[in-house]
Amino acid sequence: MIHVFLITFTITLIYIGIANRMSTFIKILALQGILLFGLSFSELHDISTLNLVFILLETILFKTIVIPLFINYLIKRNKITREVEPYLPNFASLVIVTLIILASSLLSMTIDNSPVYTIYFVVALSSLFTGLYIIITRRKIITQLMGFLVVENGVFILSLAVGSKMPMLVNTGILLDFFVSVLVTGIFVNKIGDVFKEPDVNHLSQLRDL
Amino acid sequence: MIIYYFIIAIALIGSLFFTRSKILHHILLMLFNALQWGLTVYAYLHLNREELSYFIPDGAAMIMLLVLAVLSSASSYHSAGYLEYHHRHHTTPHRAKSIYYAAFCLLIVAQTGAFLSSHIGVTWVFVELTTFAATVLIYHERTEYAIEAAWKYLFVCSVALAFSFIGILLLSIAAQEAATINLTYSSLIHNAVAFNPFWLKLAFLFVLIGYSAKMGLFPMHTVCVDAHTVAPPPISAFISTTLMNVGFMAIFRFYSVIAPTSIATWANYILLVAGILSVFVAVVYLIRVRHFKRMFAYSSLENMGIVAIGLGTGGIGYYAAFLHLIFHSFTKAGMFYQIQQVYRIFNNYLIRRTGGYFHYYNSGAIIMLLLFVCITAMPPSGLFVSEFMILKAMAEKGYFMLLILLLVLLTFSVWALGKNFFRLIFSPPYGNVPEEKIKPAESLSQWALLGMVFYLGIYPPVELVNLIHAAIITLPH
Repeated sequence: MIHVFLITFTITLIYIGIANRMSTFIKILALQGILLFGLSFSELHDISTLNLVFILLETILFKTIVIPLFINYLIKRNKITREVEPYLPNFASLVIVTLIILASSLLSMTIDNSPVYTIYFVVALSSLFTGLYIIITRRKIITQLMGFLVVENGVFILSLAVGSKMPMLVNTGILLDFFVSVLVTGIFVNKIGDVFKEPDVNHLSQLRDL
Repeated sequence: MIIYYFIIAIALIGSLFFTRSKILHHILLMLFNALQWGLTVYAYLHLNREELSYFIPDGAAMIMLLVLAVLSSASSYHSAGYLEYHHRHHTTPHRAKSIYYAAFCLLIVAQTGAFLSSHIGVTWVFVELTTFAATVLIYHERTEYAIEAAWKYLFVCSVALAFSFIGILLLSIAAQEAATINLTYSSLIHNAVAFNPFWLKLAFLFVLIGYSAKMGLFPMHTVCVDAHTVAPPPISAFISTTLMNVGFMAIFRFYSVIAPTSIATWANYILLVAGILSVFVAVVYLIRVRHFKRMFAYSSLENMGIVAIGLGTGGIGYYAAFLHLIFHSFTKAGMFYQIQQVYRIFNNYLIRRTGGYFHYYNSGAIIMLLLFVCITAMPPSGLFVSEFMILKAMAEKGYFMLLILLLVLLTFSVWALGKNFFRLIFSPPYGNVPEEKIKPAESLSQWALLGMVFYLGIYPPVELVNLIHAAIITLPH
């Protein structure tokens, strides 16, 4: 069952690489939230109930419902265009994301003796680098943020690999989610939208060496 | 005691946030500084005693706490001056002051926590907290530049800290395979020999890249440079010194974990590469820089590169790295405090719009000259001693090519810094500036910091030497 969730998650990464509309992007993020919910439900059976409830709430409530709704709200409020506007064509993205997944798998083959963690490692690493790729190649601040959410999902998956023995680390990772997603988006995307008409990263390039 | 420190500190931060009166702000700030000094003295008297199960004031933490206490007092003083000046010339909302003070104290508390924590996860949490507090402070002036710098700082630091968290997770995978579930540093140092080298290598890379955003080291240094340029000078003084020490400590703790293992040599090479690349990038930008605060930022990058090289070289380099951090913190903080007074005279940070500082403010010009002597590591400044030790360590280990490269780069940096410093100090008066008289008493803290850099370099007290030796005792010699 765990493998089904992890592999579906990897497929969503490929889909995110070629998503053309903001709404698709948001829906995939919500789907990833559900997948993470299933994953933590089937993986973390021997931690305390309170911890488990906390983690499950985080995935289902926070990642699946609150964040997608919040991003939708931000898009409407700031009148952000509905296209994702990548710098590279979708075909190139498809190839690059596939290469990322392939490279992560090849890297994991070099590990000597830990088959248990290998698949987590592959999926987490692919998610991390896909997120970074999205951050680098998308034009809007809001898409960069969504790229960061993909990175965070990767971190969450990796933390599940050790979650049964060290629930503290999973909770710490969740702290990263709360910190960045809530505070940051709340304060900044609104402010940036107010000061610059179009919330586009190209406006944020005044600070440099002349 | 630490629990009381956190409770009282949070209470003070809360009251700073909700009061609007200037006098109350100053009183609360003084109370906070008293608290900070109280904790520092308490920690020194109770070295190596665990509290709250996650905090141990060991040698390394103690050194950093002392530097932090000195600089938080100085920064508090200059913050009051800065806010006064800024409020006179700009129409910032009144609550901005309260937010500034609250975030300022929060930043100090977060740094204290990061230094004292003895658990790899707890360190990470406090480092994340410093990001949040620093972002609020960078945003203080509320200009377009400020938004840009704050956004970049927050976003890049968050991505970077996600990286270091992955590094921690990879380390915990390695720990779990070796049946260790205790992630405190002492337990990790004890058990790391049994860990799988593959996970350790990967973990070290991720942690180094992640925390390099905080330390201002090569791969992620850009974020610090932009933040320095825009942040209020007393805050730049923090970002450039104690916050870089936080990044260093996070990397140093991890380095101590892997130092006894088989990958130590590999990790040393990585540190040397990161260090020399930092120095290289810094020097390239120093030559063409046009903004004083950016120049200081690149100089910090250069010095952190030297520290990383010291750590990667080993031997006497470990000792020198700590010494260099202390001296660099005092010098660089002094520079940022002084540049704020330069700004008050010339109303500009651009190098070409300044000149003839002697004509406007004698005492400040002498301070700038002495700061130049310190930052370029000329004798008798303390930085000369530490830098010389690092170079000596490199020669002892036989890294001659690297040594020559470093010396060439440092020569360029002395030239670049000298060109700009001397333009400020000795060139003909720039003229037509809204001259503001600055009382020499306002520069007292810079004199004190300079005095410490010179004094500690020549006569380091036995207590300090013992603390540094205690900090590096677990490293192989």
